[in-house]
Amino acid sequence: MFRSSSATTQVVLKASTSASRVVRPFRVKLRSQRSFATVTDTPVRRYGGLKDQDRIFTNAYCRHDHGIKGAMLRGDWHRTKDILLKGDSWIIQSIKDSGLRGRGGAGFPSGLKWSFMNKPGWEKDPRPRYLVINADEGEPGTCKDREILRGDPHKLIEGCLVAGRGMNASAAYIYIRGEFYQEASHVQQAINEAYAAGFLGKNACGSGYNFDVYVHRGAGAYICGEETALIESIEGKQGKPRLKPPFPADVGLFGCPTTVANVETVAVAPTICRRGGSWFASFGRERNQGTKLFCISGHVNNPCVIEEEMSIPLKELIEKHCGGVVGGWDNLLGIVPGGSSVPVLPINLCSEVLMDYDSLKDAQSGLGTGAVIVMNKSTDIVSAIARFSQFYKHESCGQCTPCREGTTWMAKMMDRLVEGRGHQREIDMLLELTKQVEGRTICALGDAAAWPIQGLMRHFRPEVERRIAAFQAANGHVGFGGHLASAVDPSLAVPDNLGLRAPEPQAGA
Amino acid sequence: MLSRLPKCLATTSRAAQRRFISTTPQRKSDALFVHRDTTYNNPKVPFEFSPENSKRAQEIIARYPAQYKKAAVIPLLDLGQRQNKGWTSISVMNYVANLLEMPPMRVYEVATFYTMFNREPIGKNFVQVCTTTPCMLRGSTEILNTVCQQLGGIKPGETTKDGKFTVIEVECQGACSNAPMLVVGDDFYEDLTPETTKKVIDAFARGEKPKPGPQSGRHTSENSAGFTALTSKPYGPGEFCSPEFQ
Repeated sequence: MFRSSSATTQVVLKASTSASRVVRPFRVKLRSQRSFATVTDTPVRRYGGLKDQDRIFTNAYCRHDHGIKGAMLRGDWHRTKDILLKGDSWIIQSIKDSGLRGRGGAGFPSGLKWSFMNKPGWEKDPRPRYLVINADEGEPGTCKDREILRGDPHKLIEGCLVAGRGMNASAAYIYIRGEFYQEASHVQQAINEAYAAGFLGKNACGSGYNFDVYVHRGAGAYICGEETALIESIEGKQGKPRLKPPFPADVGLFGCPTTVANVETVAVAPTICRRGGSWFASFGRERNQGTKLFCISGHVNNPCVIEEEMSIPLKELIEKHCGGVVGGWDNLLGIVPGGSSVPVLPINLCSEVLMDYDSLKDAQSGLGTGAVIVMNKSTDIVSAIARFSQFYKHESCGQCTPCREGTTWMAKMMDRLVEGRGHQREIDMLLELTKQVEGRTICALGDAAAWPIQGLMRHFRPEVERRIAAFQAANGHVGFGGHLASAVDPSLAVPDNLGLRAPEPQAGA
Repeated sequence: MLSRLPKCLATTSRAAQRRFISTTPQRKSDALFVHRDTTYNNPKVPFEFSPENSKRAQEIIARYPAQYKKAAVIPLLDLGQRQNKGWTSISVMNYVANLLEMPPMRVYEVATFYTMFNREPIGKNFVQVCTTTPCMLRGSTEILNTVCQQLGGIKPGETTKDGKFTVIEVECQGACSNAPMLVVGDDFYEDLTPETTKKVIDAFARGEKPKPGPQSGRHTSENSAGFTALTSKPYGPGEFCSPEFQ
């Protein structure tokens, strides 16, 4: 703009600079008093450092009795009747006030989701209504629900009752993954104790409200963590996701209105109701309030599961609770901040991000389930992500073609890229493939398979390129699909689309 | 076209001069999805629930609406698998289909979809080693090799000759903060090193059952260098609650 050398603009520029010189003394004076244009720094608030008195899961490490006696000593089932008698709209309003967002990965506001069950005129619907608890925890890196199921099962059972009352459900099914045998038996024990104490069943807690809770064990399928696949699985079918709409709130389990919620979301509900939504909302940043169980695995000195305030800086979470990265923070290569489905972050982003939905989304990753997988410089990052691709290939249910075929393609290509056997242009082909899978499937497993690869290429593409170059230096030119140019019989007519004669893209081109 | 490419590499060796219809590598899926009658697995092998399992089956069926009896298919198959030495034979599937009044094919569909149903006999101790990334980062490859070596050099997916052990690689088992880990039967053995893995496997080989959980001395998933949370006595009923719930 300043380059335009028309006479008029130059005049205007000169005029404005001279004017500012004149105005300056006034400005200094004005700054002392506050006006609308005054810029003040917002007070810096540091997140993290949750106190024990504000932790909800007080038996996360199974150091106390997980049975009903121990649970009641820790404040479970305390005046549950009064919560139930407050009615559905009060419970849902408390959850809305608390700002609780679903802890299963998608982060949908829970109060809003639960209120979908109470549409106008729902009383006239004769169908039973179900709450389904998703305890099919299978996302690599995630092990938070396990601690709730085995340490604090009564928090979950009470949560079922409170959340069930909020959405006027008649029964709850807790879908626990089949591998969690000990955890399922703890939950079953808790249910039996709650029935015996009169907290569940007819006239639950003496409130006049009837509510049943059942355990349903799965049999080893990651896809059943998707809500409609989970419903199919409880119905005794293959766990293949359903098309939405109709949403489960209209037609769900056994054709009845259903809401599927994560274990952690439901288990915090009674404590929120008792301590007030504003208490829960006082933690974390706006729109990301609350406390959360984080599970840290991989290359940290002391991996652990920890309940912390939302929006805690990722670096602080690791240094404070896990004894730091193996070999020091500078030895860090990358962190997957939310379970296998979210893209990896390189070290410069890791030192900045806060552990909440919005901050991680801004960093082009996601909070997911709060499963932090730390990788230090000893990691073969390409093979780590390739292992994720293998996982998704294994777990794809096979219903939608892009996912069924795409996950296999991605896994095969990633396997080749681990040793660098490929053409440089195949990186872009792989990225295009991930874009073709993403968003073209019924459920989010296709997206989840695509994102780790996109994250790898976004931040670690030079490493992949280096491997390809090294492999080609050792073995000669490689065509698309990993075919060695040296293995081709020159007497045959080889089509060009095999890339055997395609030149490697030059750096910077 | 593609299939002809690798051929010219091996033109010098004699064995490769045989003509193949296809030279792409055959890779079998990790499980067979069709049933073939064998002497040990055919519909004529009798199976029915023991009296106590029948009772449990009725309890399970009662959890679901009466018109949706088939919802009990996964728990019942699991029950049948436990009774049938850890694997789901075609007779178990047929029996469950009969019990739940559903077409057998619907049961076969379920039994092939879920990975926890073994459709071939397994050893007495079913060792499942997790090798997904969080475990891989902590050295699960070494753990898997140790297990295989300790059991006489078998490969993942195989059973030892004495029928005592079957080893498989599994996907994430949900104990990532306690990686690396393996599962024997229903029990998790966590925080493994090659040495503790050997101890666990040896104990099973002697017919003992080692204590499940972390093998490193920590209790569950707390920070192993000392608690960073939940150090104080847990708060009691009504403490810190809003006035109306105190």
